[in-house]
Amino acid sequence: MCGICGCSDTQSKAKGLFKPTQLHHHGVMSLHRHDHHHETHTERMIQVEQDILAKNNSYAGQNRQYFQQHKIFALNFVSSPGAGKTTLLVETINLLKTQMNIAVIEGDQQTEHDADRIRATGTKALQINTGKACHLDAHDIGHAVTDLQVADGSFLAIENVGNLVCPSSFDLGEAHKVVVLSVTEGDDKPLKYPDMFHAADLMIINKMDLLPYVNFDVNRCIEFAKRVNPKIGVLQLSATKQETLTEWTTWITNQMRSLA
Amino acid sequence: MHEISLLESVLETLETQAKQQNFTQVKQISLEIGALSCVAVDALRFGFDVVMKNSLAENAELVIIEVPGRGQCSRCGTIVELETLHDPCSECGAFGVTVTQGEQMRIKELKVV
Repeated sequence: MCGICGCSDTQSKAKGLFKPTQLHHHGVMSLHRHDHHHETHTERMIQVEQDILAKNNSYAGQNRQYFQQHKIFALNFVSSPGAGKTTLLVETINLLKTQMNIAVIEGDQQTEHDADRIRATGTKALQINTGKACHLDAHDIGHAVTDLQVADGSFLAIENVGNLVCPSSFDLGEAHKVVVLSVTEGDDKPLKYPDMFHAADLMIINKMDLLPYVNFDVNRCIEFAKRVNPKIGVLQLSATKQETLTEWTTWITNQMRSLA
Repeated sequence: MHEISLLESVLETLETQAKQQNFTQVKQISLEIGALSCVAVDALRFGFDVVMKNSLAENAELVIIEVPGRGQCSRCGTIVELETLHDPCSECGAFGVTVTQGEQMRIKELKVV
């Protein structure tokens, strides 16, 4: 049984197991074939007034409560594919692993590659293959946290599926969404994909070392992000250059300290 | 296409409601979709028949009630209409309008037998 949501779903999408999108269907009701009865049934209206994502939000609420109780600092990393989320995580882990417990949940449609890169640092990681789905959901995360046995007081990094659209709607129970944007992309992405920049608390502009070679206006990008979300924080770094990561790792350490 | 996931979530709600409210078939589903929610109404319509096939809502009619976006300007306080999350205030031109309406994705009501 899952320790967070209490369900008996033993077939989670974790550990590279391919499973199509219907993770948590509890049986589809069969359509009754009794045409002779239909005329006697009267149609009626039922007021539901329920958020479509109510179920996901409820799982996310349970995760959030679990994280608070166990002083786990969870970040949900989102970006386009190729913005450098995994590299940023690997380098962040290398800098912080002697100071704190770290666990990583990796979301990709297929393959175990990203979890393998994290495990190479000596950090425990669990890969969720979402199959056809384009995002992680809160139920996946509840199971993954149980399977990973994330220690109390840990930094939990959740790397979402590379996609700037869908993951914005699905709360996982994280403390913050962190959106990673690299300078090899367009500086107008915050306006093109406003939902994600609206949902994120922090924007990391990555691959700053490549700035001289590309047509990316950092100030314009920040201005666009602030139009969508005036409260968004901004950090500029190059994941492959450790000396540029100090502000970022300090941010994490300070956030962790405020939980303790 | 997270619209498929959303529709699967709608179907789960229908199944729960069917047990609680004792109905066997859904004739019509009304969804309230805000203009600032990240749902493409066309994609919802496209996926609806596929997801509802062989369920209690097969052949149900999908009614979408679109709710316009609205927000309050953080500088001048005016309530303004919003088409996107990054529209400036139509009164004073400031960015950073706080959304007050139009982010919802709700199952409003069902017609059932």
